[in-house]
Amino acid sequence: MDLRFTPEEIAFRDEVRAFFKASVPEVVRRKMSESRHLAKEDFVSWQRILHKRGWATPHWPVEWGGTGWSPTQQYLFMDEMQQAPAPPPLQFGVNMLGPVLIAFGNEKQKRHFLPRIANIEDWWCQGFSEPGAGSDLASLRTSAKLDGDHYVVNGQKTWTTLAQYADWIFCLVRTNPEAKKQEGISFLLIDMKSKGVTVRPIVTIDGGREINEVFFDDVRVPVENLVGEENKGWDYAKFLLGNERVGIARVGVSKERIRRIKQLAKMERDGDRPMIEDERFRERIAEVEVALKALEMTQLRVVAAERSRKDKKPDPASSILKIKGSEIQQAVTELALELAGPYAMPAPDEPDEGSNEPPIGPDWADTVAPTYFNWRKISIYGGSNEIQKNIIAKAILGL
Amino acid sequence: MDFDLSEEQQLLKDSLGRLLADHGSFAQRQKHRNEPDGWSRALWALYAELGLLGLPFEEKHGGLGAGPVETMVAMEAFGRALALEPYLATVILAGGLIRHAGSEAQKSALVPKIADGSLILAFAHGERQARYELADIATTAKKDGAGWVLDGEKGVVLHGDSADTLIVSARLSGQRRDRDGIGLFLVDGNASGVTRRPYPTVDGLRAAEITFSSVKLGADAVLGTPGKALPAIERVVDEAIAALAAESVGVMAVMHEATVEYLKTRRQFGTTIGSFQVLQHRAVDMLVALEQARSMAMFATMMVSEENAAERSKAMAAAKVQIGRSGKFVGQQAIQLHGGIGMTNEYSVGHYFKRMTMIDTLFGPAEHHLARLAKTDGLVES
Ligand SMILES: Cc1cc2nc3c(=O)[nH]c(=O)nc-3n(C[C@H](O)[C@H](O)[C@H](O)COP(=O)(O)OP(=O)(O)OC[C@H]3O[C@@H](n4cnc5c(N)ncnc54)[C@H](O)[C@@H]3O)c2cc1C
Ligand SMILES: Cc1cc2nc3c(=O)[nH]c(=O)nc-3n(C[C@H](O)[C@H](O)[C@H](O)COP(=O)(O)OP(=O)(O)OC[C@H]3O[C@@H](n4cnc5c(N)ncnc54)[C@H](O)[C@@H]3O)c2cc1C
Repeated sequence: MDLRFTPEEIAFRDEVRAFFKASVPEVVRRKMSESRHLAKEDFVSWQRILHKRGWATPHWPVEWGGTGWSPTQQYLFMDEMQQAPAPPPLQFGVNMLGPVLIAFGNEKQKRHFLPRIANIEDWWCQGFSEPGAGSDLASLRTSAKLDGDHYVVNGQKTWTTLAQYADWIFCLVRTNPEAKKQEGISFLLIDMKSKGVTVRPIVTIDGGREINEVFFDDVRVPVENLVGEENKGWDYAKFLLGNERVGIARVGVSKERIRRIKQLAKMERDGDRPMIEDERFRERIAEVEVALKALEMTQLRVVAAERSRKDKKPDPASSILKIKGSEIQQAVTELALELAGPYAMPAPDEPDEGSNEPPIGPDWADTVAPTYFNWRKISIYGGSNEIQKNIIAKAILGL
Repeated sequence: MDFDLSEEQQLLKDSLGRLLADHGSFAQRQKHRNEPDGWSRALWALYAELGLLGLPFEEKHGGLGAGPVETMVAMEAFGRALALEPYLATVILAGGLIRHAGSEAQKSALVPKIADGSLILAFAHGERQARYELADIATTAKKDGAGWVLDGEKGVVLHGDSADTLIVSARLSGQRRDRDGIGLFLVDGNASGVTRRPYPTVDGLRAAEITFSSVKLGADAVLGTPGKALPAIERVVDEAIAALAAESVGVMAVMHEATVEYLKTRRQFGTTIGSFQVLQHRAVDMLVALEQARSMAMFATMMVSEENAAERSKAMAAAKVQIGRSGKFVGQQAIQLHGGIGMTNEYSVGHYFKRMTMIDTLFGPAEHHLARLAKTDGLVES
């Protein structure tokens, strides 16, 4: 056992750190740091910078544009990117669909879609959840009936993140209503421009516009857009969800947020002293830092174990990462709320728009409460924390 | 000890409950947010009709002479309805200052107008550097002949945008955090030199940043003894905390009821999600938190008229800790147990969660009051 990073790993970390320092566009870095909404162009321009450097899809196999990095390097890369802070490449393509296509797609699909995912030529969104199928995803009802060389899709998806920007949606659809619920599901790629696709925005509690309902009304989808085999979609979905779960821990994001809170607490005054001199507040920060360090070590253990796993199946221990990671991210938003004090309250209209009026209160405070509200989602999506605990109880504890 | 409401109190509770069911439903509330003031003048008139606006004032000044229990009943109902109206600002805060610091003449002049709904008030007190320290006042009032001149900035003044008259705290003498040397002034919201920057708050209510620059005030603008206003301010903030505790109970109760209802109706895995024991226990924990908060809201109500300021303020700190803790748990779990639906603006629970979060922030969150309480000898006498 040697728990330190090797000199090579440290050199690697320094290299990626320098790259992020030099390459993240200032507007993107600032929005990330201030918890402001990123525009579509922000995601696209940044991912293209990454892609140009060959780092948009580091975890893909080398033949499809991966870097061949070790799991530790992958981890360091992600950690540095989050601390930059920079957004990750679009998850729906790079982390969700990409690996599914690589594992289960056909040559033509891989050759067509993978490069476009890497360079974000197509914006993908995830069409899994339905009004009646959330945690019980396998009960989904959106149907796809074969009609010649097309599937005809009818139904509704919901909570679809950033579908308003999407060119394509990958969907779980029911192709065999007779079979046991997990066995009649297929994985279908649908062009959002198809006739019969309607997107309706859902406003979140913080006023944000990031989720949508997506309706399918006799949408014709060429059979060549089926991934893998018909009625085997559930296997691919489980594979995808395992990958999604791992990505939610976001240790580097919490590090960056805590660092920022500590910086702001040096400026934000409580009477005659800066907030950072309030021992009780510092203790609460320290409390979160302890949990975060433990999570980081746990994550590194999962990463190390990955090296020796042959089956490529997600480690059920990754559910621990999802649970703790989401709780810590949420706890950090509570620290920010405390720091903002009464100035967490103002909600000026359109806080994101550039205006000449000076901010109300500290210039960072307007996003604090909305972020606290919004980040309640982290313990809900990607398999709710209750579902993660069910997974652990079953897969690890045998209960 | 008697935890039951009297007949009149029960009547108040029932009639206000009915009024809000008819005129203050969640859907109506969301419409009221878009009215010019961000709240409903029509509803305000109905409150006046019911006597709510004169509730805590003495009868001889035109009030109803009711006590803290009536205020608790009203605030809990406002919490349940997520009311937008400036009851806290006008009746509890500014009204409280008039009750405790006003002269007979001021009370006789102002209370009838508060009670009939024609006068909206706000308490312009907080300043950015002060955070939650009540004595921290940089705004100054300087003697000017028989009157005064007011200069300074007040932040997050609840309903300061729609108030006709502001009650402004200002420093007459001493250092910024001195307990001595603070005065209260009645200031016309539209007086020359008063600049208001209104905005909505994240819980859907309204507030304003207010600047006073060389605002000239007459001698009659003074409320209470100049320089000796802090005790009245502390008392009124204690009353506001007791009121918020009651409001938060209404807010939490609705979130809890909605969650239990959802657990009974939402189906996943071929059954209602309420059949999963982990969610049953969570709903039980929410109930425990709610009941602990309700008990502390009652404790606050009992203690709010305590003349011993130290005892009173300890009780309010304790209540604020409990409602902060309970409210955070109940709110977060209400969202969590609703899944995606809980995250939507269209559904009511998120709005209750936001109000609950801001109730915790108002006059200092749980952590602030815990620190305050820890500096005293505590609640269990040694
Ligand atoms: C902001 C946001 C973005 C999202 N983005 C996407 C997206 O892009 N694409 C997509 O497909 N989906 C997306 N989702 C959907 C998300 O995956 C679901 O919300 C999630 O799976 C929960 O489903 P549900 O909302 O229907 O809640 P439900 O499944 O109805 O759950 C309600 C509550 O019951 C609990 N529960 C359910 N079953 C059990 C059980 N067996 N044991 C114990 N507790 C249980 C849950 O944990 C939760 O607390 C998003 C959700 C949010 C909030
Ligand atoms: C100090 C002590 C004094 C006692 N005195 C007395 C006495 O005077 N007279 C007497 O008759 N008995 C007495 N008991 C026994 C006591 O009532 C039992 O221990 C208790 O009912 C639990 O039963 P068990 O020990 O068989 O545990 P189990 O019932 O086997 O429970 C084991 C664990 O599973 C949990 N569990 C069980 N069922 C469920 C469920 N449906 N849902 C969720 N969780 C569940 C329990 O909470 C516990 O954590 C005493 C026990 C102790 C520890």
